Amino acid sequence: MARDVTSRRKLINTAAAWAVGLVIFFPILWTFLTSFKSEAQAIAAPPLFLNFDWTLENYGVVMERSNYARFLWNSILIAGGSTILGLLVAVPAAWSMAFVPSRRTKDILLWMLSTKMLPAVGVLYPIYLLFIQLGLLDSRAGLIIVMMLINLPIIVWMLYTYFREIPVDILEAARMDGASLKSEILYVLTPMAIPGIASTMLLNFILAWNEAFWTLNLTSVDAAPLTAFIASYSSPEGLFFAKLSAASTMAIAPILILGWFSQKQLVRGLTFGAVK
Amino acid sequence: MSIKTALRATSAIALCAFATTAIAQDTTITIATVNNGDMIRMQGYADIFTEQTGINVEWVTLEENVLRQRVTTDITTNGGQFDIMTIGMYETPIWGANDWLVPLDDLSEEYDVDDILPAMRNGLSHDGTLYAAPFYGESSMVMYRTDLMEAAGLEMPEAPTWQFIREAAAAMDDPENDINGVCLRGKAGWGEGGAFITVTGNSFGARWFDEEWNAQFDQPEWAEAVNFYVNLMNDYGPEGYATNGFNENLSLFQQGKCGMWIDATVAASFVTNPEDSTVADSVGFALAPNAEGVEKRSNWLWAWALAIPAGTQQEDAAKQFIEWATSKDYIELVAENEGWANVPPGARTSLYETPEYQEVPFAQMTLDSINAADPTNPTVDPVPYVGIQFVAIPEFAGMATEVSQEFSAAYAGQQTVEEALAKAQAITNETMEAAGYR
Repeated sequence: MARDVTSRRKLINTAAAWAVGLVIFFPILWTFLTSFKSEAQAIAAPPLFLNFDWTLENYGVVMERSNYARFLWNSILIAGGSTILGLLVAVPAAWSMAFVPSRRTKDILLWMLSTKMLPAVGVLYPIYLLFIQLGLLDSRAGLIIVMMLINLPIIVWMLYTYFREIPVDILEAARMDGASLKSEILYVLTPMAIPGIASTMLLNFILAWNEAFWTLNLTSVDAAPLTAFIASYSSPEGLFFAKLSAASTMAIAPILILGWFSQKQLVRGLTFGAVK
Repeated sequence: MSIKTALRATSAIALCAFATTAIAQDTTITIATVNNGDMIRMQGYADIFTEQTGINVEWVTLEENVLRQRVTTDITTNGGQFDIMTIGMYETPIWGANDWLVPLDDLSEEYDVDDILPAMRNGLSHDGTLYAAPFYGESSMVMYRTDLMEAAGLEMPEAPTWQFIREAAAAMDDPENDINGVCLRGKAGWGEGGAFITVTGNSFGARWFDEEWNAQFDQPEWAEAVNFYVNLMNDYGPEGYATNGFNENLSLFQQGKCGMWIDATVAASFVTNPEDSTVADSVGFALAPNAEGVEKRSNWLWAWALAIPAGTQQEDAAKQFIEWATSKDYIELVAENEGWANVPPGARTSLYETPEYQEVPFAQMTLDSINAADPTNPTVDPVPYVGIQFVAIPEFAGMATEVSQEFSAAYAGQQTVEEALAKAQAITNETMEAAGYR
């Protein structure tokens, strides 16, 4: 009897999880389907779900009109570069706050997070002027720095949470065995925090990949990533949904595939410390 | 180590690690533009320009609002990211007055600047100096289904009144067959529903400001105009019209779900194109309507134009491109390859004198609509501003977006027209006071 109840509850839970998952995934699915429709079918009312003439024409047009590889390469470099740079800064910062806290550590953490509450457009002009002076406009280097800076509070917070889960005794034991600060971080802390660091990396990569304010405002030709590629397919006068959907599908496909392959690490990292 | 040096050092490291070396080109110009059909077509022909001149062209295509924000940031900070910008009639005189644009006062003789339609030339000038060359221009007009009109036993006059539009909408409205009498913009945004209700206001004798820059939304003309619009749309418009803009109405009309659509003249080539439109062979055109007894019609004037930001390093090359892209030869090039119906309309007088173009069904009505629009004298009562569907002052975009949001809320039934007008009045007066006009 108990088993029956458990399996029924499991079934209900699974069904509910699938339902929620489908609702969340629906916009992506709809974008994917729309990318195979003609412009007229894309805006047909009532909407066409599967019964339309599937066409690859939109992908052909997008590939012909835009240099997809260049946008993709920029996205990879900017998201990857900012993630690596961010970790280089955030690991030592999170280490010091987790293991050598001071009276002001909590305040510093909150202050860091508060920078995320400022609307990005509020600092557009200062950053734009700074970029002009430093010659960083439309450069991947400039965007890597900006992406790193805007995601840094989140990385530090995540790493701080993971590091707090690691017993201080282990680090103390390493210190007593004569480990230097560098060896302690590199050979003792990092291997134990790998799942946390991996999920932080993945999340930061996804955030940087999807960021669409700074990437649109600080780039034009050379450093424009996939967000700029998508933005180029919206039209004020003319139908564009099918082609826009094709461009969007091409832009999100790499990150979806990455997320698919690393979902285990992502889920593990994100729920790390959630249940004790 | 100063912050500047530290940033430089970090960027140098990042550059070494990630940057790939760009291949140096002799001369390359960067053009910021929107994703409109005519613009995309121009990108396709840009190779011909490169062949002729050796000047390479890079394109940055962006969504309209992003483009506006992007180029405004760049031009106000002298960022120098673009050599040519695609801007409209709203920005051109304001930016020209601020010396942000290179004056186009030395265009070559072959270019024939006098051939540009006078309405376009005036709208893209400041103090008589041209600051942007029109790539294509538009007004607004009535597009209607000739078959439905005939079935309803009505005949569309060349210059209809709003009262006739209502009568025709009632006659053509057929909910059972999913046909709405009339489709009009209601979407929030100064360039979307905001533009439409402003010209509707003009055609009822309303205006944004009196000569002392006092808001006029508390005047009876505005109440009459907005109430007329809301009643018309509630009775014969599509469901959810408060969120419909140009593209939504275009798709409705193309699918045969509108008896009439009053919108940009550039839509004529879309709704008569049999590849996209199910009603391509039964579309007629008429001038935008006015209220009975009011001399001003509800047609606007707009141009997508090419301008050179003052900070460019490539002024000569940029001018060469603008001359090429907005020339008579370019129009002929497109006509030769894609037919006369697909040439960029509304910019040059000579286009409308071309016999082949005169055969295009919407050509004459487009010209008449453009000629009927006067941005320097847009309303019945005098106003201190230039512009028909907008007021050419820098504060307008933000203020009009807020006002149009209030109107859209009224269209959606979230507040009454009177409440929306009262809020519009307050928003406008507050903005003008803060900006020092009052």
